[in-house]
Amino acid sequence: MPSQNFDLTKHTRPKWLDRAIILLLSGFAAVAVLVTVGIVLSLIVESYEFFKRIPVREFLFGLKWSPQTAIRADQVGAEGAFGVIPLINGTLLISAIAMLVATPLGLTSAVYLSEYSSRRLRGWIKPALEILAGIPTVVYGFFAALTLAPFIRMTGGQFGLEIASESALAAGIAMGLMIVPLISSLSDDVINTVPQSLRDASYGLGATQSETIRRVILPAALPGIAGSLLLAMSRAIGETMIVLMAAGMAAKLSLNPLDAVTTITVQIVALLTGDQEFDSAKTLSAFALGLFLFMITLILNVFALGIVRKYQEQYD
Amino acid sequence: MIDLSNKAGFDLAARNRAEWRFRLYGILAIAVSLLFLLTMVGNITSTASGALKRTEIAIEVDLGADNLDPDDLRAAPWGGIVKQGLRDMFPGITKRKDKKLLYKLASPEASFELEKIVTENPGLVGGVHKIWVSASDDLDLFIRGKVDPDLPEQKRRVTDDEITWIKSLENSGNIRRVINWQFLTNGDSREPEVAGILGALVGSAWSLGVCFILSFPIGIGAALYLEEFAPKNRLSDLIEVNINNLAAVPSIVFGLLGLAMFLGVMGLPRSSPLVGGMVLALMTLPTMIIAARAALKAVPPSFKEGALALGATPVQAVFHHVFPVAMPGMLTGAIIGMAQALGETAPLLMIGMVAFIVDIPTSIVQPATALPVQIFLWADAPERAFSEKTAAAIIVLLFFLIAMNLIAILLRRKLETRF
Amino acid sequence: MVDSIISSRDVNIFYADKQAIFGVDMDILPNKVTAFIGPSGCGKSTFLRAINRMNDLIPICYMEGCMTIGGQDIYAPEVDVVALRAQVGMVFQKPNPFPKSIFENVAYGLRIHKMAAAKSEMDDRVEWSLKSAGLWDEVHDRLDQPGNSLSGGQQQRLCIARAIAIEPKVILMDEPCSALDPIATAVVEDLIDQLRREFTIIIVTHSMQQAARISQRTAFFHLGNLVEFNDTKTIFTNPVDERTQNYITGRIG
Repeated sequence: MPSQNFDLTKHTRPKWLDRAIILLLSGFAAVAVLVTVGIVLSLIVESYEFFKRIPVREFLFGLKWSPQTAIRADQVGAEGAFGVIPLINGTLLISAIAMLVATPLGLTSAVYLSEYSSRRLRGWIKPALEILAGIPTVVYGFFAALTLAPFIRMTGGQFGLEIASESALAAGIAMGLMIVPLISSLSDDVINTVPQSLRDASYGLGATQSETIRRVILPAALPGIAGSLLLAMSRAIGETMIVLMAAGMAAKLSLNPLDAVTTITVQIVALLTGDQEFDSAKTLSAFALGLFLFMITLILNVFALGIVRKYQEQYD
Repeated sequence: MIDLSNKAGFDLAARNRAEWRFRLYGILAIAVSLLFLLTMVGNITSTASGALKRTEIAIEVDLGADNLDPDDLRAAPWGGIVKQGLRDMFPGITKRKDKKLLYKLASPEASFELEKIVTENPGLVGGVHKIWVSASDDLDLFIRGKVDPDLPEQKRRVTDDEITWIKSLENSGNIRRVINWQFLTNGDSREPEVAGILGALVGSAWSLGVCFILSFPIGIGAALYLEEFAPKNRLSDLIEVNINNLAAVPSIVFGLLGLAMFLGVMGLPRSSPLVGGMVLALMTLPTMIIAARAALKAVPPSFKEGALALGATPVQAVFHHVFPVAMPGMLTGAIIGMAQALGETAPLLMIGMVAFIVDIPTSIVQPATALPVQIFLWADAPERAFSEKTAAAIIVLLFFLIAMNLIAILLRRKLETRF
Repeated sequence: MVDSIISSRDVNIFYADKQAIFGVDMDILPNKVTAFIGPSGCGKSTFLRAINRMNDLIPICYMEGCMTIGGQDIYAPEVDVVALRAQVGMVFQKPNPFPKSIFENVAYGLRIHKMAAAKSEMDDRVEWSLKSAGLWDEVHDRLDQPGNSLSGGQQQRLCIARAIAIEPKVILMDEPCSALDPIATAVVEDLIDQLRREFTIIIVTHSMQQAARISQRTAFFHLGNLVEFNDTKTIFTNPVDERTQNYITGRIG
């Protein structure tokens, strides 16, 4: 027998203790999943109640949105009209304005920061742009409603344009600037993953820097950039405070950026603030809108994150 | 010989111009964005500067025995005393309508202010004293030259008579401007001249407290599990995708969750910082987890290996050697998450933290509002003086956000260890 | 004939479906320095890490065959890997002191295994370990300084002190001098020679000179096979296998 005596089975620390700790930690991780489950469940349960009263078809394809609370129980049409199309119209109109503002600003600044600027300059400008994303949206809303909208109205007035005091344009511009840093920092990351060899190849053929960027780098980075634009779009669709304070409550079908329009998020807030009975179609419709909003943004996010991930793997 | 400066078909000058233009677009885009930022912050700051000082008016009040009973100060007719004081300063005014106008020089809250002053200084009782109280918002605007006296009388908020009175008060030294500390120490009010943000600040503090207590441990626990202990399989992939998507869910949806679950199913008190904090916690949880995982990933694996080779269990190795090193990074992430939560408004509207609340909340189950919600509420108020208050509240909010981000940056610099 | 302390029988190790070690039989003698040499990627480190089951940490890595210490199968289900590692210590390629004080680095193992009840006992054991690692004279007046404030060679000796503090029977060293300069290497080599009186040492090295200087037994690995295992002197002067011959004369490597 060997002289050494090994005891390989003794436990200096009870095994159950480690198991319990890991179990507890996995419970915390499960909370994150439970939150999603909770969101989906609460939205679906309340929406189900709503769709028992208002058919899904009427909700999805209705052209009129004017939720009412019944004055008398037997009143005809007491529950109002719950067509989501005008809200989608308003949401998309404002998001489109925001993207029209944010895409050129975000993309060109990303290109400048990643391809042209010196390290030092970049070290200053990037955080400065990030401040735009750090400012609470209620501040943008205040600025859009009290300064931007009157300014647009006044400027329009000088050209003889009749502009509503709450306009899609003011809300859209403010929102656009809010998402500039989102687009610029995501696109910046994407552009930086384009391999140097592609740049060298282009320069080697005698292309100028801007030609290289436009013809080689941007096409190569396109999927990633598309992903970042989709994420920005999802952010714009889900934004609440700016539109709540600057875009108004009028649910109408209009593509005129100078009109006052309303959005899904604004209506959710309008339906749920103030006194309400928990069970009325009006209140429940907010959850149907919430479910609709959740699904749209989820689809956009899954799609966008998928694109970005695939893109990054391509150059890994 | 090859001509390097020009070759047929190569218009180099045009290409260089295009290059120059392209570069210019980038500079322009950055300039536009930063200019917008500057304009917005500058505009709000200049609006807010109007709320920096407040106007007070001195009133001779008779605190003699005719007016009040020293043993029961609460029952004294404070409003009447203020009005009498104003009348005594302008004995010439007799018409009922004019008197009413005269009373409007002082804030409707002046009587409460007087009561507070006398209660705190009982020595005043019995004599006639000159007491400084808040002036009305219209007087304040006029003093600051925000009312154009050349407009026709009907078009301005201050009448000709009022202007005469204000001028005479000014000449007799009975109007003064003081720093508006009340803005930080008062609760909300219907009267802009006395409205303050303390209630909203306390509400935000309670909510953030609840949010931190919930989301920090849960976020770190989840990150530790996912990064250090979870088996790498489809399930942990799914959790990862889930967390990334959760981070991009619109904040208002979290408000709906809070409304349906915390208020509807669990029956927690509406409008309370408890529920507000819980909703904010769910919202910041993904940010927390993502930041904490990044911090854990940055710890060199050699620490864990070294501990394992000494016979530490995996749990011991992680808690003794990985966790402490990752802590500063996790804290930084937590502070940034908290800053996000501080600025968040929409989900709080859903759970009713949007009411008009005068009292300062003293617990997490009392109705309260939060700073950004207060900004939203005031932004809607018609009085001009309220937009100044709104701007000032925004400055306070931005101050806290900047402070939190600075702390995060300093913490990272100070505690960052190089390996 | 001295009984071996560690024996392996027909050990095969795989990374997913790639085999890294092919049927290794080996008997390692106590209180000797055994060196594993061979070209990069020959599997010597993998085999070393199988002895204290550090390979368990790599999910795709699994082992076949039998590995025993003192006659006990270390891969038997009732074996606690924590208890195993407490008795088979390890020193890594790059010095990896914990980001704590010098004292705490050495005390850590004692604490988790509750090997020192009183403060004075802890102090004594830390002192003994640092002395055994030849580091005491250099650090005794700054035990509260962070471990990574030391030079590279000192850090590696601190890691050795940390390993011997809990009095393992065996110490595994995975190229412990590869990140050190020649002077620090010489100090560590001296230390290893000292330590063999109390511990069994197995060292992986890429330097044949080092193996020749410090080991009594040498194993030559090539492409996952144990080609030759014998007294160091025999391996370097009179190798049996042609591949060993080629390696030590620098023809493969």
